[in-house]
Amino acid sequence: MDGTPRLGHGFRFQWEPAQSCHVLLYPEGMIRLNQSAGEILARCDGNRDIAAIVADLEQAFASPGLRPEVEAFLTMAIGKRWLRLDAPTP
Amino acid sequence: MNAPAAPIGPPMWLLAEVTYRCPLHCVFCYNPVDFARHEDELSTDDWLRVLHEGRELGAVQCGFSGGEPLLRDDLEVLIAEARRLGYYTNLITSGVGLTEARLDAFKAAGLDHIQLSFQDSSREINDFLTHTRTFELKQRVGEMIKARGWPMVMNVVIHRLNIEHIGRIIEMADALGAEYLELANAQYYSWALLNRDQLMPSREQLRRAEAVTDEWKARLAERMRILFVVPDYHEGKPKKCMNGWGNVFLTVTPDGTAQPCHTARMLPGLDFPNVQEHSLRHVWFESEGFNHYRGTGWMKEPCASCEDKEKDYGGCRCQAYLLAADPDAADPVCPKSPHHEHVAAALEQAETAAPSTKPLIFRDPKESRRLCGQD
Ligand code: SF4
Ligand code: SF4
Repeated sequence: MDGTPRLGHGFRFQWEPAQSCHVLLYPEGMIRLNQSAGEILARCDGNRDIAAIVADLEQAFASPGLRPEVEAFLTMAIGKRWLRLDAPTP
Repeated sequence: MNAPAAPIGPPMWLLAEVTYRCPLHCVFCYNPVDFARHEDELSTDDWLRVLHEGRELGAVQCGFSGGEPLLRDDLEVLIAEARRLGYYTNLITSGVGLTEARLDAFKAAGLDHIQLSFQDSSREINDFLTHTRTFELKQRVGEMIKARGWPMVMNVVIHRLNIEHIGRIIEMADALGAEYLELANAQYYSWALLNRDQLMPSREQLRRAEAVTDEWKARLAERMRILFVVPDYHEGKPKKCMNGWGNVFLTVTPDGTAQPCHTARMLPGLDFPNVQEHSLRHVWFESEGFNHYRGTGWMKEPCASCEDKEKDYGGCRCQAYLLAADPDAADPVCPKSPHHEHVAAALEQAETAAPSTKPLIFRDPKESRRLCGQD
């Protein structure tokens, strides 16, 4: 899996104090995110590619080997159109 | 007083019904029949404060509706503030009066989403139902929305006079690039209740419409999501109205009266607070109007001992009041309701092939005043 994930059309990602969690907002709805989903999505800013996101998370949480977990989440999130994946630049 | 058992969470939605003014005259309009009695409108400053307080309560979705919200010329100011406060901002509009310049202003204000409501895809019926020649305009507006990169979300109210055209409606939505289409069967409150005999489809019409919709769903799965909302009359299942009273939605009406739904003001004996006198925090957590039908403690039989009471909370309070003359009763669409025969009779009448000869009542201020005996 390769490329640069960015938020899907119409989605907004933000921290919600009243919910004490990150959420994804979309037309007429809201998804509450658990902590790891929130940490991953916070890094899907359209600038970092997957490798950079993984490296960043591994460093922030001092825990190597996060790639499979991140990829599983990204695959799910792309399937739900929370994210789009820009192809890697050659 | 019925104390709700569960702790009260924050509202998810703040619905700002900014005006009852509207250039259209829909026969299924969800505004209260007596809307003309409530012509006062909150000032810009009042709305800004309401937005602020709603956000502090934890609301994340903000809907601007009406009437036709475009008739407020401070709409872009309100949208900009809502967006700045962190709401996901939704505009619910018929598109009448929407110009390129206005849309640009909404874009600059950060508007997240527009829901465009259509009455029909067939010009004649559309013009008939709205009393104005609006169809082409909506088509143009749809293109303008799409061109600015908003997701294209359409809502069409379905009823006996357009249900046969449902395939055409879906086709047109697709041609406009709709990503999401809600086909909502008319709900029989307010104006639609006055026109129920003319608007209610037969079971066969409904069955065919659903079958046609399913075909299109399969065909368009990749590019459009279609939601078909079945009328509660035909389903015989009370719906969990507003997702539970005082549970998800906080509606502020044009004059500042805060309610759990669009039409709750009709319910007798309930006092709904006005945001000019009370904070939204008081409205949501403390007011009698919002607490009265929260949870299940207020119920009487057959709801009180019903196993489904947490599922539907006894259905719609306004429908109970309108059909059973008792806002505490089970929603009469429920087969267990002692007033269900009223709904059954309306369904039977819809089975007759002959169109109703009663004239349709079009929503307008004059009719409204006449109907509440002020003219
Ligand atoms: S339902 Fe029709 S008449 Fe009623 S507010 Fe909406 S557009 Fe106006
Ligand atoms: S009896 Fe009341 S709670 Fe039970 S299904 Fe009917 S409306 Fe709902």
